[in-house]
Formats: sequence, C-alpha cells, structure tokens
Amino acid sequence: MYKYDAIDQQIVNERVAQYRDQTSRYLTGQLSDDEFRPLRLQNGLYIQRHAPMLRIAVPYGMLSSKQLRKLGDIAKRFDKGYGHFSTRQNLQLNWPKLEDTPDILAELATVEMHAIQTSGNCIRNITTDQFAGIAPDEVIDPRAMAEVMRQWSTFHPEFALLPRKFKIAVSGTKQDRAIVQAHDIGMEFYLDSNNKVAIKVWGGGGLGRTPILGTVIREHIEWQHALTYCEAIIRVYNLHGRRDNAYKARIKILVKALGIDEFRRQVEEEWQHLKDGPNTITEAELQRVAQHFEPMPYENLPAHDAGFDTAIASNPAFAAWAKRCVHPHKQAGYRAVTLSLKPHGKAPGDATSEQMWAVADLSDEFSFGELRVSHEQNLILSDVKLSDLFALWEKARAHGLATPNIGLLTDIICCPGGDFCSLANAKSIPIAEAIQMQFDNLDYLHDIGDLELNISGCMNACGHHHVGHIGILGVDKDGSEWYQVTIGGKQGNDASIGSVIGPSFSAEEMPGVVQRLVEVYLNERTPEERFIDTVRRLGIAPFKAHVYQAKEAA
Amino acid sequence: MSNLIKDNAIVADEWVRVIPPALGEETVRKQAGKVVLFKLTGEATYTPEQVAATKIPSTGKVLLPLDVWLANKDQLASRVNQGEVGLLIATHEPVENLLKAVTDINSFPLVAVFVERFPDGRIFSIGNLLRTRYGYKNELRAVGDVLRDQLFFLKRSGFNSYLIRADRSAEDALKSLQDFSQPYQGAVDMAQPVWRRVQRQGA
Repeated sequence: MYKYDAIDQQIVNERVAQYRDQTSRYLTGQLSDDEFRPLRLQNGLYIQRHAPMLRIAVPYGMLSSKQLRKLGDIAKRFDKGYGHFSTRQNLQLNWPKLEDTPDILAELATVEMHAIQTSGNCIRNITTDQFAGIAPDEVIDPRAMAEVMRQWSTFHPEFALLPRKFKIAVSGTKQDRAIVQAHDIGMEFYLDSNNKVAIKVWGGGGLGRTPILGTVIREHIEWQHALTYCEAIIRVYNLHGRRDNAYKARIKILVKALGIDEFRRQVEEEWQHLKDGPNTITEAELQRVAQHFEPMPYENLPAHDAGFDTAIASNPAFAAWAKRCVHPHKQAGYRAVTLSLKPHGKAPGDATSEQMWAVADLSDEFSFGELRVSHEQNLILSDVKLSDLFALWEKARAHGLATPNIGLLTDIICCPGGDFCSLANAKSIPIAEAIQMQFDNLDYLHDIGDLELNISGCMNACGHHHVGHIGILGVDKDGSEWYQVTIGGKQGNDASIGSVIGPSFSAEEMPGVVQRLVEVYLNERTPEERFIDTVRRLGIAPFKAHVYQAKEAA
Repeated sequence: MSNLIKDNAIVADEWVRVIPPALGEETVRKQAGKVVLFKLTGEATYTPEQVAATKIPSTGKVLLPLDVWLANKDQLASRVNQGEVGLLIATHEPVENLLKAVTDINSFPLVAVFVERFPDGRIFSIGNLLRTRYGYKNELRAVGDVLRDQLFFLKRSGFNSYLIRADRSAEDALKSLQDFSQPYQGAVDMAQPVWRRVQRQGA
C-alpha cells in the first residue's frame, strides 16, 4: 500500500499543528461555535449527542496492521475501547473528548493517518472496491489513481468550502462494487479500444434526502485528465450549486435543475480551459504512486489444496463460513477473506480494541500485514493462502470475527443512529440487533441466501438504505421513532432505488415486518432467484399485501 | 491599527469602500423555516434606487461596487486613469459581469471580492478565474467575513490582500498564510503540483 514520503508526512504534521491551534482558540473563546464548526468538520469532528464523534480517514479502505494496531490503541486510550467502521470505509470514535482530539491526530500522524476532510462541505474520503488489486474481474487496479486523487483533493484551495459535501468513488471492475452511481462523481476505469486506460465519468448521483442515481457525464476520457476534469465539474458546482438551502445543495440538484445536457456543456466549456494544465497527471507521477500497489510477493501455488478440501468436506461450520466469507482471488491458491463485524446482536461495524489488535495480528500472520475496510462495514484480509484458511478461521472465530453471514440478511449495513448521532431521527442499531436475533438460525439464514439489508437513522442515508434490497429508514412522527420500509433497492451496475411499501412501523414491529417480507420471497421464489430478483419480477404489491395484512390482523 | 494584510504584511488601507445605503427595511428571506444565509449566484445585490442614492467621495481612492461604477462610469473616467478607482463584486455576482463591464481589467489597481459569510467558497473560484483566465495582475483583495482560517486557501486562489474582519487581529491572521509548506495540488500561487515542483521520494 501507499507509504508516505517526506512531503506527505509534513502535510499531516502541519495539519496537526494547525488543528491544535484552532482547537485551542475555540476552547479559549477566540473562535465562535459557527466559526469553529467548518474547521472541526473538515477534520471529521462532530459534536454529538453524548460526546464528540471523530471520524478517522481510511483512504479507499486500505490499512496496514501497524495502523490498525494504532487505531486499537487510540480507541483504548481516548475512547471506550471500541470503534465503528463506517459505510465510507472510515473509522469513527464515538466518545473522544474535544480537548483530546489534537493528541489523537498527533498519534495518527505517527502511522501516516489523519482525519482530513472526513466531514464538512469539501471533497471527502475517496472510496473504492474492497477487493481492488485482487479481484478476478478487475480490469484496472484503481488504487494508484485513488491515491493521486486523495493527494490532489487534500486541502484543495478552490474546493475547501463547497455548497455541500462531495463524494467521489473510483472503480476498475466489470461488476461495480464501489456504487459509483451513488456518488457526486463516480469514475469507472476501463481499457478503451486502443487498449489505453480510460475513465467513464458519472456525476450527480447521491443518496440522502433526494436519492438520485448518477448520469454519465463523459463516456471516455484519458486517465491523465482525471484531475482537471474533476476540477471542471466541481468548479461549475462551486459557482452555481445552491447554498441557500442545505437540502438542495448537492450537485445532483444542480444537475437536475440545469438538465444533464446543459450541465455537461458547462463542464466541457470549463474543461477546455483546464485541459492539459499543470494538474494533468504525468506517467512518472502515476508510476511513482503505482509502485506502492504492486502485487504481493505471492508463492506459486496450485489452484487446489487437499487440506482445505478435506476440511470443507468434514467440517460443516467451516464450510458454511468458507461459502460466505471467502472470496475468489486473481492469484491461484489465494483467497480474500471477510472478517464479519456483524455478529448477531451486536452493533454492525463495531470492533473492540482487542479485535483490532487481533485482526492486525491475523493480517501479519496470513495476509502480508495489510487489510481493507469494506463499505459494507466489514474487514477484509485480501491475500490469504488457501492452505491457511482453516487456521485463520479458527483464530478469527475465537475473536468473534467469523460469523458466516457475509451477503446474508444479518450482514446489516447500519449507521450509528439515534444512540449516538445528533442528526438521527431514530435509533438504528437496536433495530439491526433485533432483526439479527430474529434470524439467528444459521440454516434458515443460509436458505434465504443473498439479501442486503440497510438501515439509516435519518434522511442523510449514511446506511445507504435506498440501495438496500430491504431498506429501513428511521423517521420522526410527532416526536416518536418510526421506521419506513423500502424494497427493491440495489447497488452494482444495475443499481436501483428502493420503493416504499407503505406507512411506517414501530420499532417492535420491525423484526416481524422483515420476517413477512422474507416469507413472501420464500413462497414465491423460483429456484434460481435471490430476494432482489423476486422483488423485481413481482413488484412490491405481494410483499406489501402480506406485511399489512398481518398488521391489520394484529 | 490597520486590519489589512497585503503581500504578507500589515499595511495601511488607502482605499475607502463605498457601500450603497440601505433604503427601507431589508426583508429576511426564509426557506423551510430557516433564514436564507447565502444569495444565489446571479441574484442582484442592490436595487437601482440604492445605486442612484450612493454618494461617492470626490477625492481619494474609492472601492466601488460594480453596479455603482457602471452607473457613474463616464464621470469617473479620469479618476480611473489616475488609478483612484477599485471595483468590488460579491461572491454571488458572476465574475463574467465584471469582465464584460471593463475594456481592460488591469486598468484598475484593485479588485475586491466581498464574502458575506466565510463558508461561501465561491470566492475561491472567483479569485482563480480572475487570475488564471482573465489575466488580472493587480491587487486582489478579500473583504467581508474574512477570517484567519480561510487565508491559506484565499492565498492559493490568487488573492494577495485580505481585509481581516474588524473584530479580529490581522497580526494573528498573518501566521495562517504559512500553514502548509508544500501543498499537493497546483493552484494559482503555485501553478505546478508538488510532483512537478520537487523530486519526490521513489520518483
């Protein structure tokens, strides 16, 4: 993975000093709340319900074992001994003290980490596929470009105070796993007809209050122009995006208002001035960064391993885990492994300091000392030998990291919700936990098969509920917490936004509602269908009927 | 003590900023129950009546809102020649309006951009466009809600003078111009990105 040079290190060090000074000016009354707000937000610090929340950047989801160990240490020393991995592949601490945050940043800087632009109205952490560099269907490894873009976006002076937050995702696979269509800018890398690396640029997507899937702004642009083209898009947005109403300030609203053709025309016009300018990426710079993402020193291994095959045949629990948590790899004899942060009945995406230390050790022992955070809020060891899987499973299991539920109903994507977040209308974690307990029977869970369930505690949609096969949204009705249910959302190349099935439900009703939705699927499915396929074939009517019939009978 | 920073030093302000009078009560716009804090790009700043009622000091260097200058262009021609007129636009005014209104932007020794509220980042794009696209070479000043923690970005966006908000210390603010020694991306002050400026490790 990318290693800082003296320049990178100096920037994070100078940032620590700058933020320390800003915080001390705030604490001594030299900065007002309003003046400090954008400063702390651009450093990932929210003032929350019980305590501030600090969001630490994990650029495009990559971590070294050393970094994860440090995160475990920080959570222990400055927080309550756990952290929450978010849907933007970052790590959130829920209980730090404001006055400690400069020290936390100083600690992070010692392991080449920071919290820059993890919140605020600026370019946020750039996200990508958690299997980047190892996925068999990958065309281009997007990580070098993601790092080039991370550096370019860091303290970009022109885009430091945009109308609203700005999220960029990059992807280089046939099957999109980075939800490029749900981002302000999505960059899909591919090989063009001349076998050159090119980008299809999506724009104007986003979830939140008004979920909209992005539109293609440009079908083809050479990789060298990635930064100047983004500058053209963001400049049009910075000058013309609405600032009068925070709910209408995302770029998607501007694109809708202008129409895609006019928006595209303005971007192209702007780009004519920026094209081939100094921020055009050079081959040398891309190479300098790309050398950090060379393939690992793999051993030459056979495609099969007898020990693994035997363990699968003789140990059903291991086989169930391997089926859900082990993923294909480019390199023969290797696999990627998802360590589930979704044990039933615990907050989705949470990891204790002990678990972070354990995962750091596992990655040193089995996966070249690196790991990934997925936007589904799990941890991934990306380069594990087939022959090591059984040993890894036993150790992961001992730390509660081997729930065989990846991609299943209980692998719930969930924001921190009303227990922590001051924006939330309703709690989300207790809903997730109750649903997980309702589906605690593993055989039943595996029979239901692939099903993505997403929960957001409010319109801001941190839990990506719009693209969940089942989406749950916390809403406030006369001061009490209710939950609106959507079905038919999906991430990927054929992304879709879910449809609301009807009036919302109380918290106690939610496990039963999910149960009824699943019942319709189990009754109606054809042998090959996943839940989402059945919803797409039948529409929402039969699901709605079954759920509300039960409600009326009750 | 002056609150004006120009080219990394605190200097006396020779310019008088002319502000059109408020005629009558200003209406507070609300949306979804919240006060609208930012004007939309393209919204008018002053009514024709306000512009007409504006009094311009007859001597000395005057910083005029674009609309006020346009309404008094002919009378001010000789003062422009003497370098006594500076132009000001607000962040919601399209910078193209300014360029359309003048034959040579460099015949004005001062252009100022007024930012009503510091989180309004349009000011950065406006500075950048004035310098890189429209070739403006003279003093470019940020006025209004200009605070220390935005100075570094303003500098990188092409501003070289900053009138710090009256209740804040310009001396303190000066320090922030040096917040970062080697920024990553090319911008107005340093056009080249870091990888073109210095030899990076591993390159």
